[in-house]
Amino acid sequence: MTSISQQFGREDWSRHTPKEKARRFGIFALCALAVFWALGSIEIIWAWVWDSPSQMADLFGRMYPLDTSNLGSILRVLWETVNIATFATALAVIVSLPVAYIAAQNTTPNRGTLWLGRLILVSSRSVNTIIWALLFVAIFGPGIVAGVVAIMFRSIGFIGKLLGEAIEEIDTRPVEALEATGASRFKVIVYAIVPQVMPTFWAVAILRWDINLRESTVLGLVGAGGIGIILQGAIDTFNWPEAATVLLAILALVVLGEIVSAFLRRRIL
Amino acid sequence: MSQHPDTWRKPPFIANPLLRWAVYLGALAYFGWVAATMPIDWARVAQGIERAGRIFGGAFPPSFERSGLLIDGFLESLKIAILATVGGVALSIPIAFMAARNVAPLPVFYFGRAIIIIARSFHPVIVAIIFVKAVGFGPFAGVLTLVVYSIGFVAKMLAERIEEIDFGQVEAMRAAGAPYLSTLVYAIFPQIMPRQIGLTIYQLDSNLRASAVVGIVGAGGIGATLANAFGRYDYDFALAITIVIVGVILVSEAISGQIRKRIA
Amino acid sequence: MLKITDLVKSYGSGAPVLKNLDLTIEGESVVSIIGSSGAGKSTLLRCINRLVEPTSGSIVLNGTELTALRGRQLRAARRKIGMVFQGFNLVDRLTVMENVQSGRLGYISTWAAIMRRYPKEDIRRAYELMERVGIAQYANTRADQLSGGERQRVGVVRALMQDPEILLADEPTASLDPKTSEQIMGLLRDLAGELKLPVLINIHNVTEAKEYTDRIVGMRFGRIIFDDLPSALDEEAMERIYSGSPHADRGGDLREAS
Repeated sequence: MTSISQQFGREDWSRHTPKEKARRFGIFALCALAVFWALGSIEIIWAWVWDSPSQMADLFGRMYPLDTSNLGSILRVLWETVNIATFATALAVIVSLPVAYIAAQNTTPNRGTLWLGRLILVSSRSVNTIIWALLFVAIFGPGIVAGVVAIMFRSIGFIGKLLGEAIEEIDTRPVEALEATGASRFKVIVYAIVPQVMPTFWAVAILRWDINLRESTVLGLVGAGGIGIILQGAIDTFNWPEAATVLLAILALVVLGEIVSAFLRRRIL
Repeated sequence: MSQHPDTWRKPPFIANPLLRWAVYLGALAYFGWVAATMPIDWARVAQGIERAGRIFGGAFPPSFERSGLLIDGFLESLKIAILATVGGVALSIPIAFMAARNVAPLPVFYFGRAIIIIARSFHPVIVAIIFVKAVGFGPFAGVLTLVVYSIGFVAKMLAERIEEIDFGQVEAMRAAGAPYLSTLVYAIFPQIMPRQIGLTIYQLDSNLRASAVVGIVGAGGIGATLANAFGRYDYDFALAITIVIVGVILVSEAISGQIRKRIA
Repeated sequence: MLKITDLVKSYGSGAPVLKNLDLTIEGESVVSIIGSSGAGKSTLLRCINRLVEPTSGSIVLNGTELTALRGRQLRAARRKIGMVFQGFNLVDRLTVMENVQSGRLGYISTWAAIMRRYPKEDIRRAYELMERVGIAQYANTRADQLSGGERQRVGVVRALMQDPEILLADEPTASLDPKTSEQIMGLLRDLAGELKLPVLINIHNVTEAKEYTDRIVGMRFGRIIFDDLPSALDEEAMERIYSGSPHADRGGDLREAS
């Protein structure tokens, strides 16, 4: 009787061929090299790094006990934050509809409008909300108007891109059928395209509202309204107990926002 | 002449008429109220547009004279993104296992979920401010911020993936008498590896983006360079930085998309 | 009366899909077009309502030359041509009533279309037709909740709502099971008689074509090579129409799903 190893003439087994092994090793080495390069050349004062755990502990220690004496105005500004996010999302949704329409290959009137749509989407998406806010604070002055416009500008790209992709992926057969009935372009859109895009539309609007709730908490740091102003004030004056209250309030707001958007998603979709 | 009905109404989305009208009117009243109380000071806006004109006037043409500073800023952002990704992903794996309902005991599960919720809830800029106060200005605060940011995303997605794994493979390993760690390596890692690699590449890309923002509040990288230029009214340099940021983001998005498509 | 003369359709520089084709349909006859896949059946049908743009030739429906129409005139002409599709082509997320009324979109105002305020006579007509084909109880049901046969009935009613002068059906039964497909064919034949409507049906299933239609047109490589009564379609004619196409469906037992 022969053993299996004798039958097949080999006793070693390896998962990867030598070529695969070399490739995997190469990628691994490249990653390691990148990390060592970053670690070796980054301008970090290492003494601070070793000191950081005690610094962090110290900071969080100073946050306790919480100072809730300002809770009334914190909650008021928190409500303002919600309004910024909600209103800006609503505006962005409205504005992004025509943008998505011209940025989708199958509905855009011509090549010129297609590129215009894409340009709007890319420029909106590439610039962060904070940077938009810096610009609009310069124009509208400090306050929630700048915040609303900044969030709106950033959201148009996000909503428009996802909506445009949804338009490009629709089933074109109902569109053909309605064209065959002699319906005008606009009616074909209303009856054949809109119903198909509706679920994506709601899902994207809810998702962006959830994101905007988070984004609107930092607008205040550049003067564009919302809870960030109070947080900045508390941190600048080293009023850590109040800062901690604000942080907890933000945490509660965001978690609540997630619960609300999960509920809406279940109800609408 | 016909027994057929001649009226038809589309079934309303909300069947209960009372609730329906309450929702419609409520939404209308809310948005009307927010719009009406929006404190737009048109005189200020007119002034502001003039000022925006000055800013843009000063920004054109963008100045690439101090490209050395620009490149240094970017390299620092890249280093921050790399280190934060490595640290964030390394921490995300154990946290994800803690936060996966099917492999973690209940108390551990709640603890894992809590870490993820906290990491996700705070905007990186807020996290950055706190770290800047705790460990001082500079890239280290940036790395810490983005580690937290990475945990919020990677650990969440990974935990969801772990919850979806095929448990039959785990049972097969256990049935073969494999110890805990071997089970992990042979039955669970192969199932989450593709997702893990994709997430890591995606996170490197989004960390690079975020590092441009957290720099504004003092956490190093190109964002710090941008904030400095803005603060010194060097609008032409600021515009140059913004253009390069947008370009780099588009390129890195394209590269990471390509790699993820290739390995998927 | 539909009169097609010298119709040519070619895509790019390749060989034409339709080659100098002539066809006349008079009165209220039910005409079926058979032929293997790629023979140009679907292209022919789509040229009539200009979903496909003919390269040259003439198509005249009751005195109107269709090939030269543009914009508003084209849409007015399309209203008079009902079409039933293989994949039903319903809007899944709308109710059956909305799908049915979408056949009237060419007639009603934009405002009425958006608000779903359909004219009374349109609604009555819709209920009549829906009851005639047996789907009246589904008026408020979403189209994606229905079975294939029911969906095709919605498609037929939508086309009839247009008050058409001719009905085109592009493989109306190819996505249905044999029993349902017989029902739909019977329905098309009966409706043609009741509404005095000429019907032009592309069909794979020769048995059904023979049973339910008055006249059979056989196409091969973009030409009409057979045009006669169903009884005249013998083995020899079948051979000419389908030779060299192994996948062709020659009877009810062999069904091509395409």
